[in-house]
Amino acid sequence: MSILLNKKTSILVQGITGSEGLFHAQQMLDYGSKVVCGVTPGKGGQTATDNNLPVFNSIEEAQKEFSIDATVIFVPPRFAANAILEAINQNIGLIICISEGIPVRDMKKVKSALDKSSSILIGPNCPGLITAEESKIGITPGFICKKGSIGILSRSGTLTYEAVDQIVNVGLGMTTAVGIGGDPIIGSSMIDILKHFADDDKTKGVVMIGEIGGSMENEAAEWIKNNFNKPVVSFIAGQTAPKGKRMGHAGAIISEGSETADAKIKILKECGISVAKTVSEIGETMLKLIEE
Amino acid sequence: MKIHEFQAKELLSDYNVPIQRGHVVYSSNEIEKTIKKVQNEFNSDAVVVKAQIHAGGRGKGGGVKFCPSKESAIKSANEILGMNLITHQTGKEGKLVNQILITEALDIKKEFYFALMFDRAKNADVFIVSTEGGVDIEEVADKTPEKIVKTWVNNDTYPLENAVNTIINALSLNSFNDAFEIFTNIYNCYSNSDCNLLEINPLVITEDQKIIALDAKVDIDSNALFRQEKIAKFHDTSEEDPLELKASEYGLNYIKLDGNVGCMVNGAGLAMATMDIVKHHGGEPANFLDVGGAANVDTIKNGFKIILSDPNVKSVLINIFGGIVRCDRVANGVIQAVKELNLNVGVVVRLQGTNAKLAKQILDESDIELISAETIDEAAKNAVGLVS
Repeated sequence: MSILLNKKTSILVQGITGSEGLFHAQQMLDYGSKVVCGVTPGKGGQTATDNNLPVFNSIEEAQKEFSIDATVIFVPPRFAANAILEAINQNIGLIICISEGIPVRDMKKVKSALDKSSSILIGPNCPGLITAEESKIGITPGFICKKGSIGILSRSGTLTYEAVDQIVNVGLGMTTAVGIGGDPIIGSSMIDILKHFADDDKTKGVVMIGEIGGSMENEAAEWIKNNFNKPVVSFIAGQTAPKGKRMGHAGAIISEGSETADAKIKILKECGISVAKTVSEIGETMLKLIEE
Repeated sequence: MKIHEFQAKELLSDYNVPIQRGHVVYSSNEIEKTIKKVQNEFNSDAVVVKAQIHAGGRGKGGGVKFCPSKESAIKSANEILGMNLITHQTGKEGKLVNQILITEALDIKKEFYFALMFDRAKNADVFIVSTEGGVDIEEVADKTPEKIVKTWVNNDTYPLENAVNTIINALSLNSFNDAFEIFTNIYNCYSNSDCNLLEINPLVITEDQKIIALDAKVDIDSNALFRQEKIAKFHDTSEEDPLELKASEYGLNYIKLDGNVGCMVNGAGLAMATMDIVKHHGGEPANFLDVGGAANVDTIKNGFKIILSDPNVKSVLINIFGGIVRCDRVANGVIQAVKELNLNVGVVVRLQGTNAKLAKQILDESDIELISAETIDEAAKNAVGLVS
């Protein structure tokens, strides 16, 4: 088992004829993901990737020929919000937006449409998700993943890979890794993903990686304390980040005291969650917790 | 992207929000002429001279002066234009004042604090107002939190009209017929201009019963500048750290810090985590540097150039998680960059991910002096060891 994604999930790629979209569509196919077609407005009728996947002008057209479970968006940031809205309007169940740099005002519109729909949005500005040895949607390197029992959830891309690598190296392996994105407005929060992990029998523990900015980690900590009974190891990046400076991710900026790494670590610990002292100790900390 | 007070006021004025009026001066020979112009145009003998820099705390730093006469205004304007203004936000090195705003002086009856920003937890815009204006709002929040009123706006759940009425009640402005329109206009300015923050401190009531924005501080969503042609032109590169500016030209995300261990990392989260572990081992990171997803010879070479432009740097720690990028290519890039740039600081390299073992072998067998490490922990210890 896994969450959100398995080898049967049929996937559409929005922006499949762009360089990023094409490259990663191929990488996904090579990993075994069931990518069935793509969409680029104005390029309908062409084919893309080594598998000659059909390209459609719109999701509506694609859905006449294929049943789509999930879509992944690789379109330039100024068009990305409209791409998400199209997917919501077409009732796609799972929408993953990789694009970075979408204006906040556009995401406010997306969020409001999302709240009225039954679609799940992961991202934007995220690496996507991967279920070990089954399927991946997005840009996570597949070869580092081995099947096992730990779910991974992170606001950052390369830190997700780092966590996956350590979890695999200590011998635990993983179920699904989800990068939820580094923007101020994202589709799925930490709690949203934790709920999926709670329902998944194969997931025995969860690594949750946060960073400075916002209060999502604090809300997740309270939620875990009251609702989640699997072991959780957390790590918060940005203990040395200065206040008021945007650390790469649009969402990684400290504007209030509760948004610092130290404040978040304190709340996580108060809620009984193990916090890895450094990024190097994520895997070991989880191993100890599982062995107990 | 931050903009200056006079630019922020121009935006507000475009939305018919009443502002304290004035004119900008860029060189000392325009000073006298501009003061006369302000005095005549706005029928105000007294004027205010205000330094235009992005950092806050200008008044306390001596960058804002009330001048009762033309003579005192000329004196203050000459002092402030070209001065090195030091405030609690500029750092000890201060900021050169390249332009000043000369405004009308108003008779103020009441001062309020006003701000609009996005509240992530509530997924809505939030108005923050207080009857305690003109002072540091963090201090008000600390000592008298009951004097701060927050009200939210979100097209679905919290209508703008309700929020505006809440503010009018909170500030006791019910007798002002134009208050509703003014606050609605400020919100439209904030929303249509893609502001991350719009702060007016103070928003004042004058003796002749007018609501006026005396100051304005605006931060624009940089991702939206493609559709904000006018605001994009407000970009003042002299306000940015020259190294950070240079890095952004290379497509690198760099923030200078005070330490001596340079860090080069792919991915923002991993970059922060790398800085943290340097500190954990007793070192001080010299910078945040995210070289992005596709680390190649050029990005690494440019990264070195930026890091080493900081004279404090005594060692460099490279931490790359090669996902789609192959580590052996990154290793060759590091070797090439080190050779070409003639480095005289110690370099520690940790590559993990695709072909990591091959990469370590390439680094270990190369004829350049560097330390290759397997884990971040080991790499950070080594990088800190080189400087202590």
